[in-house]
Amino acid sequence: MSTSFEQGINTLKEVIDAPIASYFSSCTNCGLCARACIFYTETENPKYTPIRRVEPMRRIWEQEFTLVGKAKKALGLSKEVTEQDLKDCVELAFESCTTCGRCSMVCPVGNDIIYMIRRMREGLTSAGLAPKSLQEAAVRTLEKGSVMGFPMKTLEAMVKAAEKETGIDINIDKPDVDYLLLLSSAEVMQFNEIIASLAQIFKEAGVSWTFSSIAHEAGNPGMHMGASDIEAQMINRIVQAAEELNIKNVISPECGHAYMAIRWEGPNVIGRPYPFKVYHIIEVLDQLREQGRLKTSGSELDRITFHDPCQAARRGGVNQPQRNLLNMVSSNFIEMKDSQACNWCCGGGGGMNTIEKAEPLMQKVFNRKRNQIEELDVTTVVTMCATCRNTLEEGIENNNMNVEVLGLTELVANHLLKEKK
Amino acid sequence: MNEIELLNWARGPGLAYATIIMVFGLTLRVFEILSLGRAEELAEVRGTGVSDGWKMILKRSLPEPRHWKLITASYIFHVGLLVVIFFFIPHTQLFRDVFGIFWSGWPNYVIDFFTVLSIAAMMYTLVSRFVDPTRRILSKMSDYFAWVVTFLPLVTGYMAFHRLGIDYTTMLAVHILSVELLMISLPVSKLTHAITFTMARYYTGSTNGRRGIQS
Repeated sequence: MSTSFEQGINTLKEVIDAPIASYFSSCTNCGLCARACIFYTETENPKYTPIRRVEPMRRIWEQEFTLVGKAKKALGLSKEVTEQDLKDCVELAFESCTTCGRCSMVCPVGNDIIYMIRRMREGLTSAGLAPKSLQEAAVRTLEKGSVMGFPMKTLEAMVKAAEKETGIDINIDKPDVDYLLLLSSAEVMQFNEIIASLAQIFKEAGVSWTFSSIAHEAGNPGMHMGASDIEAQMINRIVQAAEELNIKNVISPECGHAYMAIRWEGPNVIGRPYPFKVYHIIEVLDQLREQGRLKTSGSELDRITFHDPCQAARRGGVNQPQRNLLNMVSSNFIEMKDSQACNWCCGGGGGMNTIEKAEPLMQKVFNRKRNQIEELDVTTVVTMCATCRNTLEEGIENNNMNVEVLGLTELVANHLLKEKK
Repeated sequence: MNEIELLNWARGPGLAYATIIMVFGLTLRVFEILSLGRAEELAEVRGTGVSDGWKMILKRSLPEPRHWKLITASYIFHVGLLVVIFFFIPHTQLFRDVFGIFWSGWPNYVIDFFTVLSIAAMMYTLVSRFVDPTRRILSKMSDYFAWVVTFLPLVTGYMAFHRLGIDYTTMLAVHILSVELLMISLPVSKLTHAITFTMARYYTGSTNGRRGIQS
């Protein structure tokens, strides 16, 4: 896509809608959003106050969409947004924000601040200011269908290994099955035990499913960048796969932002409703549990807790299924303080984990999660997002903590009751 | 113009002009927002979001216990301001005369209590804008302007009621004029939030409701 400062400004004008105008009209600069943001609480640096991250957009709104602002502009009483203003905003919108949305939970006037920050990113990307690492990830995904650049043959190798391990045949491009399964790059590369886990769970539950060779990953750097055209291309690939294979249910992987992209943003960026339903993998497992098709045996006796991924829980509305599953396989599940919609972010999402210069800040803000975990005195932290899992594992290692991190699907698979047939 | 004429102007034409400007201005502000529109939700929703939008309007009015230190003063002054505006007996009589709706006012000592409490709470919020680094960096002239035009009616009302400072008639006129300044400032300042907060909360609440998000 072509980019320029002017295009950035135009994009910012285009994305300002009625909700954003009502948010800017209502903000009283009370600063409460700062107290909900890990980048503020762990650094106490006022520059990380969430509402400050969209200041250029606020000025554009005031000057272009309010009578008072237009008058002030005509009288030379307000400053127009400059290229430097946008450059300064990159650090705030990309390099110190995971778009976790906790700020939106506390705003007294109800502003969805993260909705604005996401739109701010769109403007910055149009201005050619998106972080290079995100741009590279987008190119990889467009070219190879994988955020980390793994071609389909990498997944095929993983599938073969899982087939060998489990003795279960795994479909690729099989039409008319119940589910199309999407993965995240991290699952293909690091947490690929999930393939065997799901193969076993689905076999026991009598679920038919397949991978697609044209859309095997749901990760969407286009969403992180705020490049809706790139985001749409990635979504369209999945839609094409589901339509060609005549599949009515698509499974989003254990990845919060992938879920946000495919479940909630997808139809809006491609401009039409899906002819299929989208579920987070944990929603699917919980449905199978409810139907009596997912049976487990034994129970974890150690103290375990759960980290709610921001985009699946707080922003995506998946809060109960994970708890149902955890209580099925654990007799010692302990909630974190401020769990579910108000959970504290791990610090790695929203594309931040791809930005090298953000690494020291990421490590610093992990302090909040470390304290949350330590006060519970648990042996295991379970989550349902590969990015959270990576961030938790790194944070735990950096802080010399004696805690294991597990994906929820894997934990459920560990307890799967296999019926002899 | 003597003090009687000033009072009569403030009570008569002044109030009428201020009301017209406020109503017209706020209508324009709401129209400015609505005219920008909101994209249709194309994802399969978990609910219509309508009731969640309304719930959000009420729910975010409840105190947030996690941040009580930061919100108590603002909370007190908002509640106090509403009590003083709507339950001081002379104010209820004004509403009866203008709108034909009457409700009982509260005793003067109760109103006095809320006035003093609100003034103190507002002073605290001003100090915190200077002292708290986060609020200081966020605060703009428009925030201080909003504070001043909200503070003036409280103080002048209190002074008029207790016959403090200048003569009562002039002070009452000043009080009414300060209210009119507040009224005409509503559509052109940060005070617009007094109306648009309902829209902001509704938009967020309804989006959350569609997605099945706890809000």
